[in-house]
Amino acid sequence: MTVIAVVSAGLSQPSSTRLLADRLAEAAGRHLESTPEPTEIRVIELRGLAVDIANNLVTGFPSPALKEALDTVATADGVIAVTPIFTASYSGLFKSFFDVLDNTALQGAPVLIAATGGTARHSLALEHALRPMFTYLRAVVVPTAVYAASEDWGATSGDGLAARIDRAAGELAALVSRVPAKPRAAEQLIPFEQQLAALRPFTTG
Amino acid sequence: MQFGIFTVGDVTTDPTDGTTPTEAERIKAMVTIALKAEEVGLDVFATGEHHNPPFVPSSPTTMLGYIAARTDRLILSTSTTLITTNDPVKIAEDYAMLQHLADGRVDLMMGRGNTGPVYPWFGQDIRNGINLAIENYALVHRLWREDVVDWEGNFRTPLQGFTSTPRPLDGVPPFVWHGSIRSPEIAEQAAYYGDGFFANNIFWPKEHFARLIELYRTRFAYYGHGTPDQAIVGLGGQVFMRKNSQDAVREFRPYFDKAPVYGNGPSLEDFTEQTPLTVGSPQEVIDKTLTFRDSFGDYQRQLFLMDHAGLPLKTVLEQLDILGEEVVPVLRKEFAARRKEGVAEAPTHAARVAARNSTLVA
Repeated sequence: MTVIAVVSAGLSQPSSTRLLADRLAEAAGRHLESTPEPTEIRVIELRGLAVDIANNLVTGFPSPALKEALDTVATADGVIAVTPIFTASYSGLFKSFFDVLDNTALQGAPVLIAATGGTARHSLALEHALRPMFTYLRAVVVPTAVYAASEDWGATSGDGLAARIDRAAGELAALVSRVPAKPRAAEQLIPFEQQLAALRPFTTG
Repeated sequence: MQFGIFTVGDVTTDPTDGTTPTEAERIKAMVTIALKAEEVGLDVFATGEHHNPPFVPSSPTTMLGYIAARTDRLILSTSTTLITTNDPVKIAEDYAMLQHLADGRVDLMMGRGNTGPVYPWFGQDIRNGINLAIENYALVHRLWREDVVDWEGNFRTPLQGFTSTPRPLDGVPPFVWHGSIRSPEIAEQAAYYGDGFFANNIFWPKEHFARLIELYRTRFAYYGHGTPDQAIVGLGGQVFMRKNSQDAVREFRPYFDKAPVYGNGPSLEDFTEQTPLTVGSPQEVIDKTLTFRDSFGDYQRQLFLMDHAGLPLKTVLEQLDILGEEVVPVLRKEFAARRKEGVAEAPTHAARVAARNSTLVA
């Protein structure tokens, strides 16, 4: 089973962010059809977890529902992360979700980044905000980031939204089918003797 | 099994009337609470160590020495002693001194501390946090067990022919717990030495602590200190009780809502469901506490956090009456009835002296 976790930080219902997320997920699923493993898409709507995310920031631990979402992302074979652009960057809710995710959870994970906005003028937020954030998390971000401005939903041909979605999904599918299956970051325990030995001063006496 | 209380020592405004105790009032209140713990039949009082406002207990052995003089049975402990920023030589000396004054009623819990700025105040660097905990404790461990120590490390000046005084009472060092909120390294360290492992158990869901304790038990056996069941486990917990459950919830809610650490966060209902916090009747506290055994196995020490979030002293003392009269006697009986064969006893100085003597004879 190949699992693609889709994180959508859209706030309105229905939201164009979720719409973009669904189209990316559908395209990724299509590109993965040729692989032997069946693909499962698991969508996480951050709106429903907004209070839990804020509570996790305050208490330091996730509620059961948030824990399930975090585990889904941490164990997925690939992640599609979509946020509305607020005030020239990702939304605070989107960032907070990845703030409470363990910072090793996405190590080596293929990630497709995408965003929605009212105008195309903020499209580079994907490159200056989302991509560095996922690079910090040591995820492998696919080259094509998908930005959908209001006007894009009307475009039909050429290098339009549909083409960008297809290209990005293809890149994600290619990475997912190449990356070895989970677990990625198993908890490693350093035996105590080793920790103690590492501290012994080089010179004695 | 031992039951007791642990205190952070925070000065917090009472959210219901806006009053804030002075440092003097808070320090004296901590002493009153410790004396009350003995009066109501509890076994342990443990104090935190902090070096920044709004906390008062910067000098635990001073406080515990004073309490030792005014009690007869109470075991005096810490929650936690900062193994990273205190000089290990001074820890060895201070707690051995306290051990003599308290006739052996002393153990302590090592912790790294989670306040970054504290490190430079004591000449240390937080980037060395784990290494300081490892090296400093290794030295304390030797200073209590070897009369003359030659030592060289990375974080303090070398020792040549050094004798830490006074020597531990009866030649048996105070028992040590290692406290942890999240680090598996600390569970591993406790297992290596065959020391106790204390899971704070306050803020996080039990699954998290169950994993840490399981790791500690497995590694305790790996290092040859006994079976996993014989490992020494302590747990934190936090309760607020009134005869009627609804009264407890009504009275505690304003304190919960504004409490440092988790206040202004989840609802009281969510928090009690997801963490060990119990707000309700004595019977509810008994029932919830007994479930800890199901999650973590038989354990040796249960400490409750009772005086925090600005609760007035009078209320805390009432809580201790309920704990001592209605809760702990039942818990002692129920835990004893459920205990598996071969589980370790809770550590006391007398038992440790007896164990040492029996190995000497053998």
